[in-house]
Amino acid sequence: MIARLTDGVSGRALVLLAMLLAAAIAAPLFAGDYLLTVLILIFYFAYVGQAWNIMMGFAGQLSLGHALYVGLGAYTAAALYVHFGIGPWIGLLVAVPIAALAGAFVGFLAFRFKVSGVYFAILTIAVAEFARVGFDHLSWTAGSSGLFLPVKRNAGNDLWLLRGSPTMFYYVLLTATVLAFLGCRSLLKSRIGYFWLAIREDEQAARAAGIDTFRYKMVAVVISSAMTSFAGVIYAFYYNNLFPEQVFHISRSIEIILAPIVGGIGTLFGPVLGAFILTGLAETLTSTLAAVGIDLPGAKQVFYGICLLLVIMALPDGVWPWLSRRIGIKERGQ
Amino acid sequence: MSALLTVDNISKRFRGLVAVDRLSFEVSEGGIFAVIGPNGAGKTTLFNMIAGVFAPDNGAITFASERIDGLSPDQVCRRGIGRTFQIVRPFPALTVEDNVIVGALLHRSHVNDARAHALDVLRRLDLYDKRAQRASALTLPDRKRLEVARALATDPKLLLLDEVMAGLRPTETDRMVAILKELNRETGLTILLIEHVMRAVMALASRILVLHHGAAIAEGEPSAVVRDPAVIHSYLGAEDIA
Repeated sequence: MIARLTDGVSGRALVLLAMLLAAAIAAPLFAGDYLLTVLILIFYFAYVGQAWNIMMGFAGQLSLGHALYVGLGAYTAAALYVHFGIGPWIGLLVAVPIAALAGAFVGFLAFRFKVSGVYFAILTIAVAEFARVGFDHLSWTAGSSGLFLPVKRNAGNDLWLLRGSPTMFYYVLLTATVLAFLGCRSLLKSRIGYFWLAIREDEQAARAAGIDTFRYKMVAVVISSAMTSFAGVIYAFYYNNLFPEQVFHISRSIEIILAPIVGGIGTLFGPVLGAFILTGLAETLTSTLAAVGIDLPGAKQVFYGICLLLVIMALPDGVWPWLSRRIGIKERGQ
Repeated sequence: MSALLTVDNISKRFRGLVAVDRLSFEVSEGGIFAVIGPNGAGKTTLFNMIAGVFAPDNGAITFASERIDGLSPDQVCRRGIGRTFQIVRPFPALTVEDNVIVGALLHRSHVNDARAHALDVLRRLDLYDKRAQRASALTLPDRKRLEVARALATDPKLLLLDEVMAGLRPTETDRMVAILKELNRETGLTILLIEHVMRAVMALASRILVLHHGAAIAEGEPSAVVRDPAVIHSYLGAEDIA
């Protein structure tokens, strides 16, 4: 098992990964409350970025509506908890299939009727917007007035019901990110990974090589949406409140795709690195601005814009492909 | 020899234009069959109908005793027809090896088996030493051979080659001819090629079909076809006869 996991990874990369993982595991011991919330955000974006990357980076299908799957996961698990007292891990069994079905619906509409490229991206935005408006009027989830999860103070950490301290959420998201990384790596190394890359590179040539492109694109959307919905469940139980205007908003979808773009689309380490760079720098910026007493609304968004611009101009493949060459670690499929 | 591919009275119209007009021919198993003709004669349209890019308006295409007209390109490939594109389309960001592994995975579920097969194919196509390069970094002759390698890796019974010699220098053409001949001789692979380079056609083909305005104007042994007055008049021109 261990041998299979490390198969084809250079010694240098293994050492680096082990050090990073050790640092990540030890981080809550040293990090203050504020830094911990930043790290939670970082791993949240690393995880959803990894999930989004399956569709865009591997299979070449641009989704600009991944907030849909975050929202469906969040609302399903939260509503089950609020109405029936069903915990999030059981709620996952409902939330994940619902998000996967939504993904399958978007995929079927697009791939069956040959909607691709920009039009596919617009379709993903449209479906997420439908969900936003729909949830605004869905009384079962309290519509636009928001769904609130009951919070018990000082009740200790309850991993089963996901009620507890930020440290617990940190470890849940760290675990999810590690598992997503390993899962994506084994997908990419498998038959389906090769087929996805072929579809991304040239769909017509992929079909000529015998690949049922409809089927493999569907698999990519379903896996990606199912994975994303898990992040939604964590989101709901971490923030304890959900508003359609926030959860399903297009800016949420855009946030999801920034980390993989900055880190390197189609790479395994790109989404993680991108999340560290973007969230790390943006939070440093806002806290520095706050410390010197400057109140600039929207400074973070402007900063994201500048980062994106710089990366696209200087390193269009993302930071990781460049960095990995500098430190002598190569990742397949770059 | 029995017919592996039978094209029976197929036609294809694009709006008013008749691209292929009631065309019939047979490709026998183990043969190398060349389709020649001037630009716009309907050669690529014919290829696209066989490969499943679009269905003929009428007629039937039968491959290994099974109707294949109207199937999609991936279904056609899975039944044993590999193809190349006139304008090469390798997967640019993937390595040469990974390009061929994609083809090899069609009938293999494990990547390691597919890699072993891909490396065999790359050796055959003289690309083994370049297996770690990105496809986008290859020269045109190498990319053309990569296209053949990827198609070959899908284990086809019939290989469709759409102008694989175009743009190659004479030495490169001879190299490709030698590779294809060897493949045909050693593995019994049936080849159907569209070609303008008569040097390659004469060296390879066991049978030639000449298309003009979507219809066959001659078919037969290479030596007989190039002496056919209709062929000389419409395509070859008197001075081109080798």
